[in-house]
Parts: sequence; structure tokens; C-alpha cells
Amino acid sequence: MEGPYIAPDPPRFVVDRLNGRFPGSVLDVAEFRGEITVVVAKDALLDVTLFLRDDPETAFDMLTVVTGTHYLDRDYDYEVLYHLYSLPKNHRLRLKVRLREGDTVSSVTPVWPGANWPEREARASSGPSMRPVPAEGEDYLHGETMVVNMGPSHPSTHGVLRLVLTLDGEVVKAVQPHVGYLHRGMEKIAEGMTYNQFVPYTDRLDYLAPLSNNVGFILAVEKLLGITVPARAQVIRVMGCEIARISAHLLWLGTGALDLGAATVFFHTFRERETLYNIIEALTGTRMTTSYTRVGGLARDLPPGWTEQVRAFLGTFPAALDELDALLTRNTIWMKRTQGIGRISARDAIALGLTGPNLRGTGVAYDVRRTEPYSGYETYEFDVPVGATGDAYDRYLVRLEEMRQSVKILDQALRRLPDGPISVDDPKITLPKKERVLTSMEELIEQFMIVTEGIKGPVGEVYHAIEAPKGELGFYIKSEGDKSPYRLQIRSPSFINLQAIETMAVGGLLSDLIAVVASLDPVMGEVDR
Amino acid sequence: MDPDIARVLVESAVKIALFFFILLTVVAYMTLVERRVSAWIQDRQGPNRVGPLGLLQPLADGIKFLFKEEVTPPHVYRPVYLLAPMLIFVPALVTFSVIPIGPALELFGQRVRLQIADVDNGVLVILAFASMGVYGIALAGWSSSNKYSLMGALRSSAQLISYELAMGLSIVGVLMAAGSLRLNDIVQHQIEHGWNLIWQLPGFLIFLTAAFAETNRLPFDLPEAETELVAGYHTEYSGMRFSMFYMAEYANMVTASALAVTLYCGGYHVPGLHLLRLPEPAAALVQVLAFGLKVGFFLFLYVWVRWTLPRFRYDQLMNLGWKVLLPVAVLHILWVSFLVLMNWT
Repeated sequence: MEGPYIAPDPPRFVVDRLNGRFPGSVLDVAEFRGEITVVVAKDALLDVTLFLRDDPETAFDMLTVVTGTHYLDRDYDYEVLYHLYSLPKNHRLRLKVRLREGDTVSSVTPVWPGANWPEREARASSGPSMRPVPAEGEDYLHGETMVVNMGPSHPSTHGVLRLVLTLDGEVVKAVQPHVGYLHRGMEKIAEGMTYNQFVPYTDRLDYLAPLSNNVGFILAVEKLLGITVPARAQVIRVMGCEIARISAHLLWLGTGALDLGAATVFFHTFRERETLYNIIEALTGTRMTTSYTRVGGLARDLPPGWTEQVRAFLGTFPAALDELDALLTRNTIWMKRTQGIGRISARDAIALGLTGPNLRGTGVAYDVRRTEPYSGYETYEFDVPVGATGDAYDRYLVRLEEMRQSVKILDQALRRLPDGPISVDDPKITLPKKERVLTSMEELIEQFMIVTEGIKGPVGEVYHAIEAPKGELGFYIKSEGDKSPYRLQIRSPSFINLQAIETMAVGGLLSDLIAVVASLDPVMGEVDR
Repeated sequence: MDPDIARVLVESAVKIALFFFILLTVVAYMTLVERRVSAWIQDRQGPNRVGPLGLLQPLADGIKFLFKEEVTPPHVYRPVYLLAPMLIFVPALVTFSVIPIGPALELFGQRVRLQIADVDNGVLVILAFASMGVYGIALAGWSSSNKYSLMGALRSSAQLISYELAMGLSIVGVLMAAGSLRLNDIVQHQIEHGWNLIWQLPGFLIFLTAAFAETNRLPFDLPEAETELVAGYHTEYSGMRFSMFYMAEYANMVTASALAVTLYCGGYHVPGLHLLRLPEPAAALVQVLAFGLKVGFFLFLYVWVRWTLPRFRYDQLMNLGWKVLLPVAVLHILWVSFLVLMNWT
């Protein structure tokens, strides 16, 4: 996907098409920060979504996430939001239905099977009732089967994922995932915090790539506020994201190989991660809970000698990666264990809402850094690797190549790193310098206001996504003009990706299930939030 | 008592004590070797704190295991649960008794064989005892009343049966060449006609692969496949009983290595040693050391492979056993028959 980058235009024409096709169904339209929100009548939802998916002009083939919002002071009690994305057209739309207490709305799982978990989550967290479409009964259980409980403390479930397996011998007949063991209520907590206060919570989403989460959240807030940070901050953010990507992919590689019995790879990846953690520690003061971004910029500037540290890593890392490549890629046992395992077609992957390496493994070159560039990603030169068959081996190859591309991006970022401020010059957003605070009345008041009142956002709602190591990490912020969001929804890639486990694992062997979970690369901190 | 019987009894008792001591020491130190070599492969230090170079680590581990609480879950079938670790550990030790670690030599006016029992059907004894090991695993998995343990036990039963066949057939070539089941004869034959490794390379490779599977080592460690079955058949074991499974695994590795050396690498034979005209005890010592070195190489190979390769999948392992190793082993027998017929070996 080389060539000119298309800044996604708000698809205003969709509203006209909907009005023409379903007169009276569109109740309200709003546009804010280049995003279109359409409120539709709840009874028309299923028809509207079906039309939006199948119409070649709109082509919303992917449901990004579902949000449920509860209101106390309106003439409706609930809003259910469907964030839609079109891969072929590269545009987004937010669809809303409004419900009163006791109302139900049809589930959109017939349109996008990937709505399954997000809808259940919205119902569980906020209350609106989605009428489930009865699943077609399929009786694939013959003979004697054994139910095995795998997790939440199994060595290969990568955290507290619990899978209830129905096994016929070694063959997996059914998988019933149970998530939520790590639920901390982050989205609710956000409703009582200032925007900057929520940054540390984002560390605990995908705790293998906290720098990337920090950036993702803060970009959504900045979109809400309508500000852009200085060039230096943007480059540093890009570096943070790519360091996080390498670190997260290395962990995936190590644990994935360990799951398939290749223990040595694990230690070699951790040796490299150690260097990365030293770099992160030098940058942020901590190794894991980085909390590095602030609204309007960064927490602090680069420490002296940091760029040399990164440059040294970039010098040694490609060789180390080649070594791991040599250990696994052409290894017969590794190929036998991953090729053709956990296969998913591009069509199914899109329908389920898969993003990141899991989607790219099927051959779909969807990368938010390319489709909706942020922090200046459109100016970097890098490839978006894609797979062909969508099996575990392709996902492995894609992630391996992404690490190499990240090295490329880091190299470019180091070359262009400009001098200058790391935060926007706005006394309502950025804290003033401490020495000024102690000597000047004006700065003292500014600091007092930011610390006590927080940063107030305008009334409106935004969704902003970044390409996190695991896929599209999006934050939906609904602001009522207060210092904290009225509703914050985190579109975590792991949560949506994990839905594919049934498609990928059923029919395979127990050993394949291990390979599937490993290749999906879920992080439970992000799944459960 | 007849002085002859007394002499045999004393000789056997001394040899058994000596072999037992050596074997258990090797087993204990194999745990250290495994950890140090894996650390070396994985670019880290490994245990190096207990004693110089960590050499007392096995001792510390032994003490730890002895004093650890043994947790017996309430849902197990106790008699079998307690019996299983012994069932796997004892055959692992017994197998070593028929392997000659050096030539016969004159000691205290007696002709002494460096072997506990010089039985005529030594190879059969080894195969028989090796098969016993699977009972330990199967019963451990079954009596634990744990689904993961049970699956580990099922996997190992299927695996051991499939690979025993290939292993047995690969040994047939050696037996045909030597014309005897007695391990001393097999070594003698190799001393006279050159190592079996040279003429029977396919058989050797099959034997080696099957030996890896028989000892449940990676890439064939499916019965305990930690990341799939938690710990497989020994999930519910703790303390000394747990360590008996591990000791059995290492004892099996030592025996399998010793067997590979005896059957294919000339046993204690050192080519060209007779040219040096050493006195008999010195020559014997050199040969025993050579035997130890050869076994050491195979033990290292075990460790090396374990920390390099991923694990096979259960059905792939069965395919390899039945569809590759078995037919090749049969072809190998034909090849050796041809050699024997032409009087080339």
C-alpha cells in the first residue's frame, strides 16, 4: 500500500442514502471533529445495518465496537452506539439507537458476527438490552466426550483466560471462553477522573505495550480538545509506540514458542526485551507502568544519552532477530505445528472484527498507521506485511516482519528528531514551569486551575484509534463539557480478536488450540479492562 | 557355604553397589548438567551458587525433595498412586545391569566382568524392562483422577508402544550382524568388524529417535507437555515421589545412551588401543573412560536437542512412528540381511 495517503473524509453522503432508503428512520445527525454520528430508530436498526454493510457505496464491512451509555436526565435512558468501519472505503460512521428502560433492540450479530462479545459487554456494563438472535442449534457432539476446564490458571492461557473445552479424545469439539477474571471497571473509573489522571490506567490495558496505550488514549483526548502537539512530541510518541510494538511482539514470540515447546526462544527474546526495558526505564522512570503521555504532550523530555541507547539497540537487534528467525522459520517441527493451524479466511476475520496482525495474516492490509495516520505516521516509510492463508504460521511471519519494520521506523524517527517543545503552549492544558509558578501570580493560578479543575473538554463525542501491537486500539470519549468523560469506551483489540478462538480451534487437536491461543496473542489486561 | 557361590555373591554385591552408586550419581549430576547446558544455550548463568560452579546443587535439590511435604490429593486411588513412581523408577535402574561398561579383567586373582549380569539375552532383558516403564506412567496418570494426568497417560501409552516397535526392529539389524543377543558378543563383534554405526546408520538413527521418544524427551515429551497438559501424568505428585519421576527420566536417558553406545558405537572399544601395549588394568581403565565419554556425548545430545527444538503434535508423532520409522526399520532389516548374506559385516 504505497502512494498518497488518504485522510478519511467524513462520509456525509451516507446520511442522504439512509434518508432516501429508510425515510423517517434517521432521527438525528451530528458531526464533530470530522466524525459523523447518526441516530436511527431502534426498530430499523437491523435493516439499516444490513444496508450499510451490503451497499457498495457505504460498504461498512467491519463493526469496530459497541458502546452502551446510560443517561439519567434525558427522555431516553440508554444509548447503544455501533462504531462502524469500512475497509474498502476507509471511512467510519457511528450509529446510535436510543432506548428507554425496558426496551430491547435487535442484536446485530447476523450482520457482523463480531458483535457478539461487544454487545454482551455493553449489556453487562451499561444496561441496554440486546435481543439475542437465537443461535442455530448444531449438534456436533457424538460419542463420549470429556469436558476439560482449561484456565484461568493454566500455563498456556496467557493470563486468566478460561476455556471450557469439550474434547473427543484429543480433538476439540467445542470451546467456551470465559473472560472477566481481570475486570477492574476501568471505563467506569474514568468517569470520575480528569483526563490526565486516567493515563496510568491505560498502562494496565495491554501491559506489554503501555507506551502505545498511553499514546492511544491521549490522542483521543487531544482529538476531543482539537489540539495537535509539537513535532518533537509526535516523533517521541512514534518512537514509544514502535518500541512498545517490538517489545510486545518479542514477548509474543517467546511465549508462543514456549507454548510449542521451544523454550530457548523465550530466553533469547527476553534478553532483547531487557534492553528495551532499560530504554523504557531511562525514558519514563519505570519499566512497565510508563504513564508517559500527558494531554498536549509528554510527561518529560528525553533523558541525555537516550537516543544513543536506542541507536545501539537498533544496531544489535536485527541480528538477534535473524537468529530467532533461523531457529524457527524453516524448522520442520515449527512449520508442522503452525502451518494450516487456526486458519481463518479474510471474510470471517473481517466479519468478526479482527484487527492487527491477526487480520493482516489473512491478507488484508489494514493498518491504522496507514489508513488513518496519526502522529505523523504518513511521513514514515514502512511496509505493512500481510500473510496469505490466515494460519498461525502467517501470523507468525507477519509479526516477525513487523518488528523489522518497527526498526525501520525507529531509525527514521531518530534521524529526524527535531528540537523544540514537547508540549503545546496552552496554559489551560499544559502545566507551567515550576520556577515560574513560584515567582509569578499568573502561572500560579494556571497551575492551580489545571491541578484542581482538570482540563475541560468541549461537548461532543470522538473515537480515535491507533495501531497498537495487538491491533486497532480505539478510545471512544463522550464529553458533556466536564473535566472527565461522561462515558469512556475502550475498543481493545485483544477482546475482539479473542472471539475468533472458536472459529480457529474447533475441529483441531488440543495441541492446536495451544498454538491458536498463542498465535492470537491475547493480553488479558486488555481483554477484561 | 561353597566358596564359589560365596565369591559370586560377594562379587555381585560389590558390583551392584558400585553400579547403583555410579548410576544415581550420574542421574543427580545430569540434572545439573541439564540446567547448566540449557543456561549456556539460553545465554544465562544457571545454578552456580551451591558449591564451586554449582557442583553441590544436586545435593541441595535432594535434601529439598526429601524434606518437602508430600501432598496426596484426596481424590486419588491411593494404592496405585503410591506404587506408580516406584514402578517407573525401578525398571529404569534395573535396565542398566546388563550393560558392559568395560572389558573383563584380572582383579584379586579373579576374572571380573565390568557388568552386573552377563546374561545371554541381554537385549531382550533391556526391551522387557523398558516396556515396564510405561506401566508407571499409565498408572500414575490413571490413579491421579485428573483429566490432564489421564490424557498424559493415554498419550504415553500410545507413544511408547509405537516407538518400541521401531526401536525393536532397529535393533534386529544389530542382532543379525552379531548373531547373538548377548551384549558382550555384540561389543566383541564390533571390535572385530568395526562399529555398527558405519554399516547400520539408518538403524542407528531410528534407534536414536525412538530412544528420545521412549524417554519422553523433547521433541517427544507429549505425556508431560507442560504447556498443554500442565504437567501431564505427574501433575498431582509432589515431593520425593515427584522427583522419582524425574530421576527415572534421567536414569532412562543414561541407559538409552549406554545402549546406543553398546549397540552402535562399539561399547567400550577404543580403536587402536592395543597398539599402545598398555598393561591390562590401565587399558581397562581407558576403555571404561571411553565408554563414559561416549555415553556423555549422547547425554549432551539429549540436552542439546531438548533446548533447541519445539514439540511435535500427538498425531504427528504417531505418524512419524508408524509411517516413517517403522517402514524404514523394515527396509533396514532387509539391508542388513543383504550385508550378512554377502558376509560384509
